[in-house]
Amino acid sequence: GQCGNQVGCRFWDLALREHAAVNKKGIYDEALSSFFRNVDTRSGGDGADIYKGKIRSLKARALLIDMEEGVVNEILQGPLRDVFDSKQLITDVSGSGNNWAVGHKVYGCQYRESIVEKLRKAAEHCDCLQCFFIIHSMGGGTGSGLGTFVLSLLEDEFPEVYRFVTSVYPSGEDDVITSPYNSVLAMKELNEHADCVLPIENESLFDIVNKIHQMINSGKLGSTVKPKSLVTSSAGGAKAVQEKPFDAMNNIIANLLLNLTSSARFEGSLNMDLNEISMNLVPFPRLHYLVSSLTPLYTLADVNIPPRRLDQMFSDAFSRDHQLIQADPKHSLYLACALLVRGNVQVSDLRRNIERLKPSLHFISWNQEGWKTSLCSVPPVGHSHSLLALANNTCVKPTFMELRDRFMKLYKKKAHLHHYLHIEGMEQSCFSEAVASLSDLIEEYNELDATKDEPRTDPPRLKIAV
Amino acid sequence: MSIVTVQLGQCGNQIGHELFSAVCRDVHGTHGLCSKKENESYHDACKERFFCQEESEVPVARAVLVDMEPKVISQTLAVAARSGSWKYDDRSHFCQKQGSGNNWANGYSVHGPRHKEAIMNLMQKEAEKCDRLGGFFTIMSMAGGTGSGLGAFVTQCLRDAFPNSFILNHIIWPYGTGEVIVQNYNSVLTLSHLYQSSDALLVHENDVIHKICAQLMNIKQISFRDVNQVIAHQLGSVFQPAYTAEGDSDYSRNPLGDLMETLVPHPEFKMLGLRNLPQMPENFLAYSTFSWPGLIKHLRQMLIANAKMEEGIDWQVRPPHPGSSSRSTSKPLHFNTSLANLVILRGKDTHSVDLGSFRDPSLYTSWLSPQDAFNAWRTPRAFNKYEKSAALVSNSQFLLQPLDSVVGKAWNMFASKAYVHQYTKFGIEEEDFLDSFTALEQVISSYTIL
Repeated sequence: GQCGNQVGCRFWDLALREHAAVNKKGIYDEALSSFFRNVDTRSGGDGADIYKGKIRSLKARALLIDMEEGVVNEILQGPLRDVFDSKQLITDVSGSGNNWAVGHKVYGCQYRESIVEKLRKAAEHCDCLQCFFIIHSMGGGTGSGLGTFVLSLLEDEFPEVYRFVTSVYPSGEDDVITSPYNSVLAMKELNEHADCVLPIENESLFDIVNKIHQMINSGKLGSTVKPKSLVTSSAGGAKAVQEKPFDAMNNIIANLLLNLTSSARFEGSLNMDLNEISMNLVPFPRLHYLVSSLTPLYTLADVNIPPRRLDQMFSDAFSRDHQLIQADPKHSLYLACALLVRGNVQVSDLRRNIERLKPSLHFISWNQEGWKTSLCSVPPVGHSHSLLALANNTCVKPTFMELRDRFMKLYKKKAHLHHYLHIEGMEQSCFSEAVASLSDLIEEYNELDATKDEPRTDPPRLKIAV
Repeated sequence: MSIVTVQLGQCGNQIGHELFSAVCRDVHGTHGLCSKKENESYHDACKERFFCQEESEVPVARAVLVDMEPKVISQTLAVAARSGSWKYDDRSHFCQKQGSGNNWANGYSVHGPRHKEAIMNLMQKEAEKCDRLGGFFTIMSMAGGTGSGLGAFVTQCLRDAFPNSFILNHIIWPYGTGEVIVQNYNSVLTLSHLYQSSDALLVHENDVIHKICAQLMNIKQISFRDVNQVIAHQLGSVFQPAYTAEGDSDYSRNPLGDLMETLVPHPEFKMLGLRNLPQMPENFLAYSTFSWPGLIKHLRQMLIANAKMEEGIDWQVRPPHPGSSSRSTSKPLHFNTSLANLVILRGKDTHSVDLGSFRDPSLYTSWLSPQDAFNAWRTPRAFNKYEKSAALVSNSQFLLQPLDSVVGKAWNMFASKAYVHQYTKFGIEEEDFLDSFTALEQVISSYTIL
């Protein structure tokens, strides 16, 4: 869909920028191969991948899907056109009309074979396929409907490969009236078919962008900010300076994905692969929604950062205004927490900060020391260090509850329902099942929250006959 | 006799590399403080034990490197080769791409069987390079998926393929406040399985080594490299050549066998702890002098008070009063009862050191006599620039509290069934967990009533 492709575009641009900063010799290495293929375009791009040696032409390991052409065409005419192969695209002309049912049922059915074929082709180019990333929005028709169709397709065709989904949730003032329907219908699919979901809310991205603007324009700090270090910036990438309104917000998501995969791509003293994220942060299959936060949002031009600033980075990761959804993890219950650190940070810095922050956080009784950590030596462009925190925390509950409320407001009046119901394969039960699935999820979080203030009683240990 | 070191997972490979570096540095150092002949003898014994020097210019470490993702192994190989003083055999490694995902079941039930042949081939090759195989030394962490799960599987395979060789597992106990959320599950599964196939488990706790780095080594921003170097130093102080008996003229040729013989009299008791002193930043060494009586006194108190390092020892803890009727009721709190102990002395005047205080029967459980329970190895050759150094390898209640803590946390988590679906996905069922818990509660019980 539009959101997915726009975010994706920013992601590929920043990924190239990151690898260019690290890979000085232009050799196609293991790190690059995680996201890019190396091909010789003289043979029309159909030639076998080149596994070693110099970089010839990098092709993103990606599928771009949109049911209207505008966004994808723009990408193909822009500075990233050589990164994508025409065979990686699936487009149509008329769009999904912000209708989940059109995306999921109509286009799903129509393009099923084509999607499977292109997925297989992309998978064949991989030595070892570990994970799929899906980037989409929940509120529209294509990303939401066709996106979740692709998700269940991935489960059928590649059951062993992890499915990570980055979902942009609509805000309350979203201009698409039917976004609650689309989102709730999509949630059911995410509940059932995703391994891990990183929900993102536009409001939070917007707030972060504003915060940065205010900071730059206030002139308070006296030092200049390094342009490339802004979590919202495209500086140094291939894209021209003229930035579109959503670019800054999309860059944040792109940075999230880069930091998430950094320890899998680059070396460090404590590596973390993507399968470890799912293993450590998903204690029960359905509770796979992770709240994310990125710090720092920018780096000042000062070179030497004293430890006090380093500690500030850890504190910020737990503050409300750095979360990518409207949530406050500090006042809710943690099921698990992961800290992915990049750059010049050592295990003692990690330990010190965990000890410092632990007392102010509430962890569930059976996971009191539930921290997963990783240290990657390569920092992001423009920073000396950075932190991505992923939390499995009951603070996602309010987001889901509001979504359900907005859904019920429309559903009770049966507003706009007919647009969905006249699509073949759609029935009223689709709606009732979807909202039931959402309610069940909310109830699971409720039950966990209820344990928060209970006194802790450890289960009795096994007794051994001496 | 030679030892084949098996480096498993990121931790095992990182530590293994530091171990070979430390051993090499010690052997080439000029601070042996002993005769040239002694030095040469030490050098030869060490070489035979850890390195092979066929046609290569530099010594080649006797090691097999195993990991389920490629980055760490390629780094380890490269850094060693760059050192110019030793290297690994380029063919003696096995790696995959997808990692084990911190999942013990993935390492044990999926990767293990799938890659058994390839891995065991490498072991066989490395064993054949040895004139006489003294045994296997496997280095692994308990917290992750490869070292722990695949490590447990490989240990089992080694036991089956080499039934008469010694297997010593070096285990890294993770930090209490996690590196990995499911580390307690992984630890419980690893320990219970290793207990069946391994001869002994030599444990290093990350929390303890971290404290040593902070308080004794004065390191401000402690990295894993710092931690690993301290661990390598401590391992070196045990495994570098030493004379195992009075009047021996040759360095012991069977270090693993000797270790097992002195420290593991009963298969129910396999948990070995390690203490070493003195420990300080290298630039302090020139300004420090030590006396053997002082070092021995500290080491003994560290043993009976279960102190993790030479600072902050509780001097109030005393052995139980001799001659009291019932030992168990008169045993003071926090007293660390030993089953067997081994002290290794290196450096100046080791021949004259009085170790009588370690032969005190009140230190030991009643069913072994102190003559059998205590042993000492010595060498006049100083280790790693320390004029005098002493190591203690102890089969005692050292690890009782950490073990109990890990089992308790794992049990707590298991009661809520959290994360169990991640293991059943790969074939480790709830009954397997219960078997592991039972096995470890048995070990805890045995050590408690020592």
